[in-house]
Amino acid sequence: MEEQGIINIETWRLISAYIFVLILFFIVKARGINRERQIIIATFRMTIQLILAGYVLTLLFAHSHPVLTIVVLIIMAAFSIHTIFRQAGQPLSSHVKKAIIVSMSVGSFVCLFYFNFVIIHFTPWYEPRYFIPIAGMIIGNSMTGITLAVKTLLDSLRSNRDQIEGALMLGATPKSAIKPYVDNAFDSAILPTLNNMLGMGIVFLPGMMTGQILSGVSPLLAIEYQIVVLLGILGSVSLAVILFLLLAVRALFTTKAQLREDF
Amino acid sequence: MYELRNIKYKDILTIDHLQLEEGKVSCITGKSGTGKSSLLKLLNSIYVPDSGEITYYGSPLSEIDPIKLRREAVMLAQAPLIFPGTIEENLQAGLKFAEKELASAQELHQVIERMELSKDLGENAEELSGGEKQRIALARVLLMRARVYLLDEPTSGLDENTEIKVLRSFIDESRKNKSTVLMITHSIAAAETFADREISLDT
Ligand SMILES: Nc1ncnc2c1ncn2[C@@H]1O[C@H](COP(=O)(O)OP(=O)(O)OP(=O)(O)O)[C@@H](O)[C@H]1O
Ligand SMILES: [Mg+2]
Repeated sequence: MEEQGIINIETWRLISAYIFVLILFFIVKARGINRERQIIIATFRMTIQLILAGYVLTLLFAHSHPVLTIVVLIIMAAFSIHTIFRQAGQPLSSHVKKAIIVSMSVGSFVCLFYFNFVIIHFTPWYEPRYFIPIAGMIIGNSMTGITLAVKTLLDSLRSNRDQIEGALMLGATPKSAIKPYVDNAFDSAILPTLNNMLGMGIVFLPGMMTGQILSGVSPLLAIEYQIVVLLGILGSVSLAVILFLLLAVRALFTTKAQLREDF
Repeated sequence: MYELRNIKYKDILTIDHLQLEEGKVSCITGKSGTGKSSLLKLLNSIYVPDSGEITYYGSPLSEIDPIKLRREAVMLAQAPLIFPGTIEENLQAGLKFAEKELASAQELHQVIERMELSKDLGENAEELSGGEKQRIALARVLLMRARVYLLDEPTSGLDENTEIKVLRSFIDESRKNKSTVLMITHSIAAAETFADREISLDT
């Protein structure tokens, strides 16, 4: 990428962007909508977190080393798994937690390495400038997908326990007894990604592409990147979600084909 | 056939000894909340007793493949189970779950008649009345030609007249196949008419 294409934003111009927040702040205040606190906190956290991320990335890019890249990857994965546990909005049994950990790690790592080694094919393989943003994108999207799948699946199993046990009583395998709910969970986990692809390029240009174009990359190259990125996201979300759902059937039933009392 | 010894399930059920004979119709009675449904679920391996042993033809349930057991000793759930789709799809659902050969058109018509229903196979099952749904669920179980039928209040939503007719068809058919019926019921008439044996869970 050429440095020349980038228009450097001077500090005072950067600061002037916060006028958007100020406008919002005063509208909200004038209309008596009780959101001032959230606006300040969100703006503040966004600023601090991005500045920190900027420094950390600069540091990482300067000290490119395989161990460092792997450590960052593991931290990202651990953080995303922790986030899923938190966002599930319900206590999870150790069986379900295990299913989440395995599907999240295997699903995203397989896609990540395929993406890095086959599609983008950069050297050295641990080059943080490529590795870390791609890992963030793949892990982040798998995380959202699995969160949706966990929520939808567990909620619908809980409210349909009678139906599921009724099917088991007729001699259904656990897999066929919960098939409608699993299909439904898969749908709701994948649909946001598919819908996002439908609007792509017409309704909006995604952030990554906008960033690349603004920094001087030709739109066609930016689009090439965007296509593989979207396909990579679709792949990693579906793989992680499918893995989770496959493991969930085993996690939710006892070895005697009974729906567990707590999951 | 089934034999229960020193069964304890949570603080819901305690059964010192209970033996069920093959080919008979037994009715389980008892007040609401005494654990009748729980007992059938124990026999169907949906629940596991905390202590004691249940045997089925001499083998402990803990050693029997639960799915095989349920395909042989089928249970009808207390809340009628209706899936989105037609009456025909609903009738075939049990055979499909149990991975058995589906019923022929003739069998389907026959079973609908036996259940005193005058409905087309193509009708939407979700629009049926409560009592009609219950009979669809019962018909579905009858089609499975099970060795043992565990029925949880199969006709609680029917008027007494229809109840007796429906149960008579069901039990005639099951006797023909030498099946065993274990049925929970609150209906005194049904118990008096059909029970070879009455088991009361009231203490
Ligand atoms: N899985 C369970 N965990 C805890 N308690 C349960 C469970 N299943 C049932 N119970 C409780 O056990 C008691 C017996 O329930 P059960 O459904 O077996 O009663 P029942 O005799 O079938 O009643 P009814 O005639 O109203 O159908 C009830 O008080 C119920 O709340
Ligand atoms: Mg009951």
